[in-house]
Amino acid sequence: MPPKVKDSDPESIVRFENVGLRYGLGPEVLQDITFALEPASFRFLLGESGAGKSSLLKLLYMALRPTRGQISLFGRNVANTSRGELPRMRRRVGVVFQEFRLLDHLSAFDNVALPMRVAGTKESDVRRHVEELLTWVGLKDHLNSRPPTLSGGQQQRIAIARAVITRPKLLLADEPTGNVDDKMGLRLMHLFEELNKLGTTVIVATHNLGIVRQMAHPVMRLEKGRLNMDEAEIISDLGLDEPGIGAGRAPAGPGFSRIH
Amino acid sequence: MFRRRSDLPMNEDTLGRFLPWLIAFMVFLSALALAGMLALNDAVDRWDTGLNATITVQIPPGATAREDEQRLGRIVNVLAAKPGVERYETLSKDRLFQLLKPWIGNVGQVEELPIPILIDVTVDRNSNLDAQGLAKELSARVPGVSVDDHRVWLSQLVRLVTVIQALAWAVLGLIGLATIGTVVFTTRTGLAIHREAIEVLHLIGAQDAYIARQFASRALGLGLKGGFLGLVLAVPTLAGIGYLAMETGATMVPKPEFGLLKAIGFLTLPVAVALLAMFTARSTVMRNLKRMV
Repeated sequence: MPPKVKDSDPESIVRFENVGLRYGLGPEVLQDITFALEPASFRFLLGESGAGKSSLLKLLYMALRPTRGQISLFGRNVANTSRGELPRMRRRVGVVFQEFRLLDHLSAFDNVALPMRVAGTKESDVRRHVEELLTWVGLKDHLNSRPPTLSGGQQQRIAIARAVITRPKLLLADEPTGNVDDKMGLRLMHLFEELNKLGTTVIVATHNLGIVRQMAHPVMRLEKGRLNMDEAEIISDLGLDEPGIGAGRAPAGPGFSRIH
Repeated sequence: MFRRRSDLPMNEDTLGRFLPWLIAFMVFLSALALAGMLALNDAVDRWDTGLNATITVQIPPGATAREDEQRLGRIVNVLAAKPGVERYETLSKDRLFQLLKPWIGNVGQVEELPIPILIDVTVDRNSNLDAQGLAKELSARVPGVSVDDHRVWLSQLVRLVTVIQALAWAVLGLIGLATIGTVVFTTRTGLAIHREAIEVLHLIGAQDAYIARQFASRALGLGLKGGFLGLVLAVPTLAGIGYLAMETGATMVPKPEFGLLKAIGFLTLPVAVALLAMFTARSTVMRNLKRMV
């Protein structure tokens, strides 16, 4: 029998049941993924390169549909969501893409403003919020700069600002600290934590174990397309309980639905 | 619909250089077709008011002037009593020689030439005057009299013009179809070029309509630019054709008149083509986006 998500879970923000994914006729890159995340939870998603982290995130931000199993987001079965309803669901999800995916012909300001404009926000509100956020991520002097003229770290900060500008209910970040120094990495992770405290569920896919140690949030690990939710095993395997940059890891917090 | 900022880098693609010239060409051809239709309309109107209600009675010349007068008198008596004849006018000898001058030139003693007597008869449009019956009646009085009913050849000419006008409409329709085809092609190319950016817009929650609006707005802008360019190019061409028509003395073609209504008709062309491009782009995008994430 495949594992089941607890029936007693409160309404989950994310719920995967026996999800499998393959590209074309290739092998399954994700197999039997089953887990659920409650509102306002924060998870690190670990795994080697090619383990399927990006594929899992693609399922979460609805760029792909699973080849089997069922995914529910915000209490709705994604398979039953019509094309017309997808944009409204996607607006509740902020994504920091690994390769940023900024629009090169737009300024930093316009890139960050996109989610608000797409949602039909008033231009005066757009200006206020975007300027405030870009100032916060240290790009006040680059409002009108186009991404190709900026460094990788600056582009990454624009990508993060774009993902969080609408205070999404679910924030997905694929290696969000890959191009910034430790100090800026921590600063950005604290931004994610602030959003998390305001009710955003956060999933961060990362290789940066230093950040994972320091932030003390629950982890899950993809190993050859399978999701390992055994936190004690992951912590032990990766040495996350060893002294790191910060104060060390705290145990798994509330909001994490374990699997039977 | 008229947003100036575009989320897609459409100003950087080559379509912006390609589409306006194509649309300019379409509007140029449309303007020529429209001008032809309007000229034919004017001609038909003029013929209708000028010739449609007239017939010409031709009396063969007699041996003497006195005989001519007798023949004319007999014919005129019939015409005067004929129901449906509004008025009649015998063309003077001077007028006849004037009409013949292009053919016979300035030859001396033309007055001595045996030329027929012509009577221009205006017929009541509402009457059912039978030209053939009238011809028989007149021939009984004066043998050899002939009656030219302009209405017969004119109706054939009008039928021909109607066919030409239908062809002009067909040309306009084909131009419209060609415009649609061009815009569909360029829009699909644009979708392929900007696929990556469109995917990002989708993933941050953009509706298909939001993306389609950007393509439609772009098509409208390029359509107006190309359309008015085509119209500007058509003006000297049409002026040249009009000038040549006048120079060659084509009397069947009326002198071109350019009123407010015609000006509006011509100005409507680029606007109509631009709107067609806009709606085509929008529907193309909406249809194609359904296949994307």
